[in-house]
This record gives sequence, structure tokens and C-alpha cells, in this order.
Amino acid sequence: MTFEELVFYFFSAILVFAATMVVFIKKPVHAALYLVLAFFSSAGVWLLLDAEFLAITLVLVYVGAVMVLFLFVVMMLDINLSPLREGFARYLPAGLLIGLVVLAELAYVYTRDYFGPERFPNPGHHPEDYSNTAELGSRLYTEHFLGFELAAVILLVAIIAAIALTLRPKRMSKYVRPEDQVVITRKGRVKLVDPKTDKTEG
Amino acid sequence: MDALSVDFSILIPEIVLLTMACVVLFVDLYVPQRNKAMTQGLTLVTLALCALFAAQGIGDTPRISFNGSFISDGLSNLLKTLIFLTAMVVFVYSRRYLADREVLKGEFYLLGLFSLLGMSILVSAYSMVTVYLGLELLSLALYAMVALHRDELAPTEAAMKYFILGALASGMLLYGMSLLYGVTGTLQIDILAQRASTAMEQDALLFLVGVVFLVVGVAFKFGAVPFHMWVPDVYHGAPTAMTLFISTAPKLAAFGMLYRLFAEGLITFHGEWQQYLIILAALSLVVGNVVAIAQRNLKRMFAYSAIAHVGYLFLGIVAGTEAGFASSLFYVIAYVIMGLGGFGMILLLSRKGFEGDRLEDLKGLNDTHPWYALMMLILMASMAGVPPTLGFYAKLAVIQAVVDSGQVWLAVLAVIFSVIGAFYYLRAIWYMYFDEPQVKVGITEAGGVAKALLSANSLLVLMLGIVPGGLLALCFQVIAG
Repeated sequence: MTFEELVFYFFSAILVFAATMVVFIKKPVHAALYLVLAFFSSAGVWLLLDAEFLAITLVLVYVGAVMVLFLFVVMMLDINLSPLREGFARYLPAGLLIGLVVLAELAYVYTRDYFGPERFPNPGHHPEDYSNTAELGSRLYTEHFLGFELAAVILLVAIIAAIALTLRPKRMSKYVRPEDQVVITRKGRVKLVDPKTDKTEG
Repeated sequence: MDALSVDFSILIPEIVLLTMACVVLFVDLYVPQRNKAMTQGLTLVTLALCALFAAQGIGDTPRISFNGSFISDGLSNLLKTLIFLTAMVVFVYSRRYLADREVLKGEFYLLGLFSLLGMSILVSAYSMVTVYLGLELLSLALYAMVALHRDELAPTEAAMKYFILGALASGMLLYGMSLLYGVTGTLQIDILAQRASTAMEQDALLFLVGVVFLVVGVAFKFGAVPFHMWVPDVYHGAPTAMTLFISTAPKLAAFGMLYRLFAEGLITFHGEWQQYLIILAALSLVVGNVVAIAQRNLKRMFAYSAIAHVGYLFLGIVAGTEAGFASSLFYVIAYVIMGLGGFGMILLLSRKGFEGDRLEDLKGLNDTHPWYALMMLILMASMAGVPPTLGFYAKLAVIQAVVDSGQVWLAVLAVIFSVIGAFYYLRAIWYMYFDEPQVKVGITEAGGVAKALLSANSLLVLMLGIVPGGLLALCFQVIAG
């Protein structure tokens, strides 16, 4: 076993373990943390494939941004899991049966060496001056230009949808609008009252 | 791979749509307006423009560009034209319903426009990446649209179910695509078709696993049994205006996806995927027609009826011939016209604080509004497949195709279950004509444009039933390319 294989199996074992724990662990925060571990180990596998840019993006974007936000949400929401577990025992036999059948079928197909090293030999490593990022960029902006633009539109839709679903236009709190505050004149604030003095008394 | 091939001219409807969607976004944000009249006006103008651009391309020879990921041919342009026109009708029908419920937001039109962009991309997609991105764009906007009515429980629940099951379906589709890519080494539909036979010789089993996942993903999106669980809940739970939208235009887009993947990409394996589709079609016919009988809610009944219609639609695909695909295309167009009328009628019946979506609400409609009872009669008769309506010719065409392909038992099954299905359509007609009115329906409050359009819609069903030749010929023409 070469060193590279050793690293591959190391990361893969952690990846499989972490992914399993994400599904099976009871506490949502722990599940999210295992997902972080899964992302880290798959980033490791990508590094072995010379896909440095993707590995770094995975850690930066998913671990750094998405999962941190996700953890915040999980911590803020006080999810009561007991109603979610209702009916678990009832649906378990059917789910288990179907799951095992699908697993057995896929195992039957995938163990037949379709993706073995004979069909897909190790492509080897890129030369030292090879830039993963530049290559990815040039592919994205030429060959997959349309898909790239479409992905951008999908993100725009996500922004619009998120705002439409969460923005509450009616404010419940009392607040001062700055634009009203700066255009205020003396007339609007000061009211001159003529105190009626009793003139008869001198 | 040759040098970069980019031909923006085939993307004109999409470019116009996207640009105008952004314009509508800003107009809606910054221009003060009463009842979103301007947003709606701009949206309708945009769609009319796009339909015009798309309609011009119906007779064109196929043009592929963007490195083989986008195609403009007769089929895609016909579907696009119909999708844009359908959406215009949807927006006109749903205006009063949304205003009554105080959810007439600019986002309804905006998300609708983006969803239409997704549909338009989907029917023109010529690589699996474009198929997937178009599908996601279309679905994401739809999930948000269903959830727009966020202070009510039912729409939120419907949106959640739609989102989770839709995501699952997208996952299945993506998994199938990745397997096909692994086997053939290409994402493009035409190259996939070329390499499919060698792939079949080398990795038959793996290739078929990919095809199975693809079928599952597509069936999920269509709502074919046994992947139909989301359909009744979403159709029922979503506000009727959204139900109208998700039950019509996306079906046209889904047909486009089905055609590209199976008829163009995997036609060499017709014998393989035909078996899966036969199971889906037969189950959809049985479950859709039988379970619809038990429904007392019109939206739920139409949902099961939609499942049954998907069964008929799959019959033509099962045949796998050019005539079969053309008859399926005819069926999906017929279904969309009927569905527009059916859900449009529920919208017309509704008023403030009253949904009008129970079967009982139809009772005695003939006494109060004889003209609209007649319109509903035409729509119901067409959905049941009674001559001389559009639905009859649509059913006849797909059954003809499936008989020609030698699956006579499937045709017999379809006929038997369309007779069983006729029961619940006729029950609705019975309620309208032979029962006493129980509730005050909202037809009198409805706007004149929506009323006129609904009448035109129903009369179109009758007219196309009497002279179906033109539309049928058009379907054959675009499928033949």
C-alpha cells in the first residue's frame, strides 16, 4: 500500500463514519458537527485527486459559511424531536425492507467491477505549473457558460424567495424613520401657544 | 470539441424573459401602485412578447448551440409558446383570488416569471446539466410560490411536502444522470444517443440502473403512481391560484424533459424503459381514476384526475413511435387547456372567505349561473373523454398509438378505467344540474376579463374537439422535426 492509498483510505473511512453518524445521531447539533467532519474528509479526498480549488472551496464555503449558519439556526430553534420520532417503529419495517432491497440491488451492480482500475486507470498527477483554478475558470466561462449563468439565476430566485418568505413589512416596534427626521422643520415640532392671561386683574 | 459555439439568437425568448423579470422586480419594488396593476401589466406584456418570439421559431430547423447544451427546434418553440400563453391565462384568472386573500404580492408574478424561465430552459435543454438546472430553476420558484401564503397552515405544509419530495426526486434524477455520464462519458443528449449502444454492450447493468433512476426522477416530477404521493396534498393545500399554476405550465415543460431524455437520448433502449413506463402508466390509470371517486374536494379530485391523465399521457410514450410521441404531446396540450378551465372555474367560484373547492359548492350552479354551469359541463365532459370534446380526441390518439405498438391490453385497461373515471366527472355535472344551490358562489364578483377568458377557454375545448385536425397536425409536424 502506497502512502497515497493509505491517505485515501484514512479519509474515506472517516467520511463514511461521519456520514453515517449524521443520519443516526440524535442531537441535531452533533449531527451538524459530524457533517462538518464529513466535509473536511471529502475535501481531503479531493486533494488527492488534484482538485485543490474544489477542496478549498468546500472547506471555505460549506464549513466556513454554510455550516456555521446552519449551526446557529439549529441552536436557536429549540426543536422538540419526540413528535418527529412518532411512528418510527411503525414505518421501520417497510422502510427497512425497501432500503435493503435497493441496497442489495445496487451492491449487486456496483460489485461487478464497472469502475475498476482496469477500466479507469489512475490518470496520474498534473505537472507542477498546472493551475486547477484557471482550468476550472476557463471551462466554466466557455464550455459551461449557459449552465453557469443559469446557476446565477437560480441564486437570484433563492434570494427573492427567501426575502418574500421572511420579510415582514409591518413593523411591530415603534421606530423613527431617519428620512422623516432630517426634513423636520420648526413648524412641525414647535407649537406656539398664546397663554390667555386674565386682563381684568391688571 | 470544436471551438466555442455560441448563438445568442436561439436564446431570445429566454433573454427577453430574464431581462423583463429583472425590470419587473425593480418596478414592483420602487413604483407605488394600486393592487399591483402595473406589475401584472408588465408581466403579461413580457409573456406576450416571449410567446411571439417563440412562436416564430416553430417552423425552424433544429439549431443547437452553447456547446451542444441548448437546442431550438419546432417542439421546444411550440412548448414555449404554449407555456407562456398558459401562464398569461393563469395570471389573469388568479388576480381576484389573490387580492381577496391579501396575498397579491409582486413576488407571485416574479417567481412565476422565473419559474417560466426554468420551464423554457427545460424544454430546450440538450445536455443533462441544462436539464437539471432548468428543472431546479422551475421547481425552486414553484416551492416558494406555494409557500407565499405563509400565515396559513395548509399552504406551508403543502410547500414543505413539495420541497422535500421534489428535492428527493431531483436527487434521483441527478444520480441517474451521473451514472449515465459515468458509462458514456458525455452529458449531451445527442452524443448520449450515439454512444448508448456501445455502452449497452459493455455495461448493460450499470446503464440500466442509471435509466431506472432517470425514470424515477421524471415520474416523480410528473406525479405518476407510485411517485404520486405529493400531488393530492400539494394541489389541495396550495392556494388555488398556485395550484392552477403548478398543474398546468410545468406539465408542458415536464413533457419536454421526458421527450429529450427518453425519445432523443435513450431511444435505442426503448424496449427497456418501455417496461417501466408501462407499469407507471397502468398504475396511474388505476389509482388516479379509482381514488378520485372518493374525493369530496374539487382540488383533490382534480389532483387524482391529473394522476390519471399522466397515465394516459404515458401511453403514447410507451408506444415509442413518432405517432406515439405526437399523440402524447397532443394529450398534454389538451390536459393543460382543460386543467386551466377546471381550476379557473374553482377560482371563479371562490370569493372572500370562501374557497369554493368542495364538490358541494357546485350544487345547483345551473340555477344561479347557467352559462358557467354549461362551461363546467364542457370541461368535465372533456376530462371524462366524451365526444365531441378535446379530451375525447386526446384519449383516442394515445390509445390508437398504444394499440399500434401492440400493447392491446394496456389500451383495454385505459378504456375501462376511463369509463370508471367518468363517474366522478358526471357526479359533478349531476350536482350542478340536479341539486339545489347551497352556497353563494363568487361568480358575480368576478372581473369581466377573467369571466370572458374562462368562457373562451371552455369553448376552445369544445372547438378543438370538433376540429382537432390543425393542432394534431402541428403536434405531428414538430415531433417529426
